[in-house]
Amino acid sequence: MPKRNALEIKQLKKFYPNGFPALKGIDLTVKANDFFGLLGPNGAGKSTTIGIISSLITKTEGTVKVFGHDLDSDQQNVKRHLGIVPQEFNFSIFETPMQILVNQAGYYGVPFRVANTRAKELLELMGLWEKRNSMAGGLSGGQKRRLMIARALVHEPKLLILDEPTAGVDISLRRLMWDLLQKLNKDGLTIILTTHYLEEAEALCKNIGIIDNGQIIQNTTKKELLSLLPSESFIIETTKKLPKTISLSCTQHQTLSDNSIEVQLNTEQNLNDLVLELNKQDIIVKRLSAKANRLEEVFLQLVEDPK
Amino acid sequence: MIKEQYIGLSTIARKEVSRIFRIWIQTLLPSAITMTLYFVIFGSFLGSRIGQIQDISYLDFIAPGLIIMSVLNNSYYNVVSSFFSAKFSKSVEELLISPLSPSMIILGYVMGGMARGLLTGLIVTIISMWFTTLSIYSLWVVISTIFLTSLLFSIAGFINALFSKKFDDVSIVPTFILTPLIYLGGIFYSIESLSPFWQTLSKFNPILYIINTFRYGFFGISDIPVFESLISIVIAIFILWSTAHYLLRKGFGTNL
Repeated sequence: MPKRNALEIKQLKKFYPNGFPALKGIDLTVKANDFFGLLGPNGAGKSTTIGIISSLITKTEGTVKVFGHDLDSDQQNVKRHLGIVPQEFNFSIFETPMQILVNQAGYYGVPFRVANTRAKELLELMGLWEKRNSMAGGLSGGQKRRLMIARALVHEPKLLILDEPTAGVDISLRRLMWDLLQKLNKDGLTIILTTHYLEEAEALCKNIGIIDNGQIIQNTTKKELLSLLPSESFIIETTKKLPKTISLSCTQHQTLSDNSIEVQLNTEQNLNDLVLELNKQDIIVKRLSAKANRLEEVFLQLVEDPK
Repeated sequence: MIKEQYIGLSTIARKEVSRIFRIWIQTLLPSAITMTLYFVIFGSFLGSRIGQIQDISYLDFIAPGLIIMSVLNNSYYNVVSSFFSAKFSKSVEELLISPLSPSMIILGYVMGGMARGLLTGLIVTIISMWFTTLSIYSLWVVISTIFLTSLLFSIAGFINALFSKKFDDVSIVPTFILTPLIYLGGIFYSIESLSPFWQTLSKFNPILYIINTFRYGFFGISDIPVFESLISIVIAIFILWSTAHYLLRKGFGTNL
């Protein structure tokens, strides 16, 4: 039996009271057990989409289904399947992490004793157990983010939606959160992630949708999306000072400093040929790095020129 | 499904009641102090010069009004401040994204409001026993009036919170509508002592009916018909509940 889609959005439109068209009729499907990245520049419509799915924003038109349950006719079942991690902190700063988790579980009908056990497990998993009885307002930014993820998981949802969960989180913590999300996805949880860190989307997501100006401009696998990239830029550092003229047949290049150049390779070219050609000119490559994250380049190309 | 809703409702109610005790200096103490001052100043100092109203000592006469005033005010304030704070901090989203029905959300907050209203009513009643010799004429009128009043004003507080966009909006209705109606509702006087014009005008004040009905429960006397008054409170509860439910279901004041 084929798996039901975790999320099906059809012709979703949202016009705010001031007339601003935040969503102009988007279609989006996320398969069960997917790790889906919803990317887009600021104001593209990502948070509006998430707001509508989570019932915090009233849609103007269109349909939303979560695991087959329609948001209009079966809203309670939609809500039961969802766990939401919003962009902004939205818990009471006067409550403790333990209270926040136990209360949230209660709102979903989880009995008090079960809620306590789950809250303990999640707080330990998120490294917040020591802070369980501290006021939430006194937690650090990273701790608050982890608390919101724990809160979204306490009722054991089937679809977790994270709106920029790692914003303002340091690199080591971000890696820990990546590991956690990947583990949750491996255990069967469907995850939709919006992020501004495109290396995050590249590392985590299987499928990616790009939204811009209230419209979905790409919705495909990460692999296919990356194949749209016609060329990639690399920075090459050399052991010695570069000669005044360098002849590279395979690619365009520009000198950045005495011992660094930027080269551009298209998808058919390979780095080995480039290095060999440099070696022939007595130029030894010391370091080589991609100028930008690949997904970031595709994203910029699509958003700047959707055609 | 019913069990899920019940657990959700009891979670809100438990959270609200624990909030009342956590910040008892703001929620319970002020009524105790204010009402003690009312009894001392209006009752003991001024009351001795006023004498009796409707054959009741002035202190005894004002006591039911002061009790019901604290019930009404605290029920209203608890819900409006708690729900608006949740809106302001956005923690209300925890509830709105959950499968809890609008009825359960409203009822949870109303239960919190009633808990505070009835608790302060009890505190003020205990204080009044130092100053007065209150005896109960009709227990069912006392109990039904206090419960219905607390319920009515808790729902009203919820609607106020839905409409509020900033902290100022929370206090506009209590300050400019509720307080004048309470003070002109016959806590400190009988409308029989007013001129016919003011008597007629006073009859448009809904608080007058609540205070007089509650006072009837203690003394068996009232300026207005008691049964009709209780029916009116029930009708008002039904209207306000329907309004609150409609507004929350439509996302008024909570959704974009």
